[in-house]
Amino acid sequence: MPAILDAQGLNKSFGAVTAAQGVSAAIERDSVVGLIGTNGAGKTTFINMITGYLKPDSGRIKYDGRDITALPPRDIARLGICRSFQIPQLYSSLTVRENMMMALGVMLHAAGRGGFFSLGRPDVPGHDAPAEEVAERILARFGLAEHSDKNAQVLPGGMRKLLDIALTMAAKPRVLLLDEPTSGVSAEEKFGIMELIMQAVRAEGATVIFVEHDMEVVSRFAGRVLAFYDGRIIADAPPQAALADAEVRRYVVGTLNA
Amino acid sequence: MKPDRTPVLLAAILAAVVLGGLALPQWLLFILTIACAQGLVVLGLSLLIRAGLVSFGQALFYCIGAYAAGGLSRAFGVSDLFVQMAAGCASAAVAAFVLGFLLSRYRGIFFGLLSLALSMIFYGLIVKSETLGSTDGFNLAKATLFGVRPAEAWVRYSVLVAAACVTMGAAFLTHRFLKTPLGQLAPAIKDNEIRVEYMGASVRYAIHVNYVIAAALAGAGGALAATTVGHIDPEMAYWTTSGEFVFIAILSGTGSVVAPFLGALIFGAIRTVAFDLSPNTWQMSMGLVLLAAIVFLPDGLWSLFRRRKSA
Repeated sequence: MPAILDAQGLNKSFGAVTAAQGVSAAIERDSVVGLIGTNGAGKTTFINMITGYLKPDSGRIKYDGRDITALPPRDIARLGICRSFQIPQLYSSLTVRENMMMALGVMLHAAGRGGFFSLGRPDVPGHDAPAEEVAERILARFGLAEHSDKNAQVLPGGMRKLLDIALTMAAKPRVLLLDEPTSGVSAEEKFGIMELIMQAVRAEGATVIFVEHDMEVVSRFAGRVLAFYDGRIIADAPPQAALADAEVRRYVVGTLNA
Repeated sequence: MKPDRTPVLLAAILAAVVLGGLALPQWLLFILTIACAQGLVVLGLSLLIRAGLVSFGQALFYCIGAYAAGGLSRAFGVSDLFVQMAAGCASAAVAAFVLGFLLSRYRGIFFGLLSLALSMIFYGLIVKSETLGSTDGFNLAKATLFGVRPAEAWVRYSVLVAAACVTMGAAFLTHRFLKTPLGQLAPAIKDNEIRVEYMGASVRYAIHVNYVIAAALAGAGGALAATTVGHIDPEMAYWTTSGEFVFIAILSGTGSVVAPFLGALIFGAIRTVAFDLSPNTWQMSMGLVLLAAIVFLPDGLWSLFRRRKSA
């Protein structure tokens, strides 16, 4: 099966700090991949390189056979690679619904629909419905419908995370990169939130790559684990095998769960 | 969805100006026409403010519009108000299209100061130009409308009606623009630029478009002001002129496309009264008004209507 995303030999350093050295990974379509590693191991750098925020010093990233290494973030987003953020990036002065409408508006704009001369309510590309309906649908899927009229700023942490991910759904992502979807969320809420996210993502049919520190969450939701240490991938295997790996136990799991 | 009442409101204002204007004294017709001109500039400025950008240099495009109208009048004897406004609008838009490639890279104070610097460069150029009348500027012929020169007593009224038609039309088009996905990007850019880029939209492109529209409106306003006053000079590009527009924008708020015109009218009225009551300290009176507006109406005059509606 051809990989939807193929990173080959990515290198990136910031001055004396090496954030990625020879990172290679092919991600299969519709798979769920967990990225683990201590802080500074290179997980977010990997995500930032895929989404175009950082350009690798060397190496290539291919998406569906197309080289996307040199593209800016907005072009990569338009191709269907979307990301959420460790610190939710919301339109904090707007309500939950307005946030969603704004995201869908960007989609309409990118597709050249709903321009100056159009009078009706155009369908959002990929969703085949006007923005208002799509917004309700996505918010309901993420359990946010009853909070539609609240200001994004006053939402509790878990819901801010959910909204952040719900916004990416506006773009109908084919690859979704989630940067610590459950960080800042209480231990009891974690599984519930992850479950909601995965259900919503499955309904939309996207490949998921997520960064996570909680090994229980990783082993329950990921089909494959990439363990990062010092800018390298030290293990690439199904969760059980990866977490049993000696190097992973020493450098990743050990430092967290010891 | 709430019915969109803005088009009706704009039509009502136009009708009120056309009918009410018949009963108003000449000086008030003049103030109303200038309010239209300034309102156009502030309408454009409010587009930028929605995106979180404050331009301290809209006088650049106001002045370009005025000199385009003046140039047409002086060089070719064209005194038709509509042609002059179209020329002012087009020349300012072209200038903004070019400058926009530079300006759309900057945010915050850098955007503000760079726009101010550009307007001062233009000011400096006109001041040095003998052919453009240097610091004295030059006079424009009285306006004609569709080739007809109105009788002396009707000039002010005819110009006001023509100006109100163009202005309300421009306000309506701007209102339509704000409803498009591109128009709606502005508050998102103000709020979270990173998110906008990661959703696949170009922030620079959106800012560039808003900048050109803002300039086009300012250019039309400048041409209107030039013909109405009958005289232009480099002061129109000076930073204090830009400051006045920012003043009116703060006074108006960005709640509606009608707000800038209301703000400009109130600004003109306050200035006239302040100047009349105490000619030497009128600036101080204006300052106090601005202070009061910021303290009591942080979202501008338009919030008065909002609050009443929600109450």
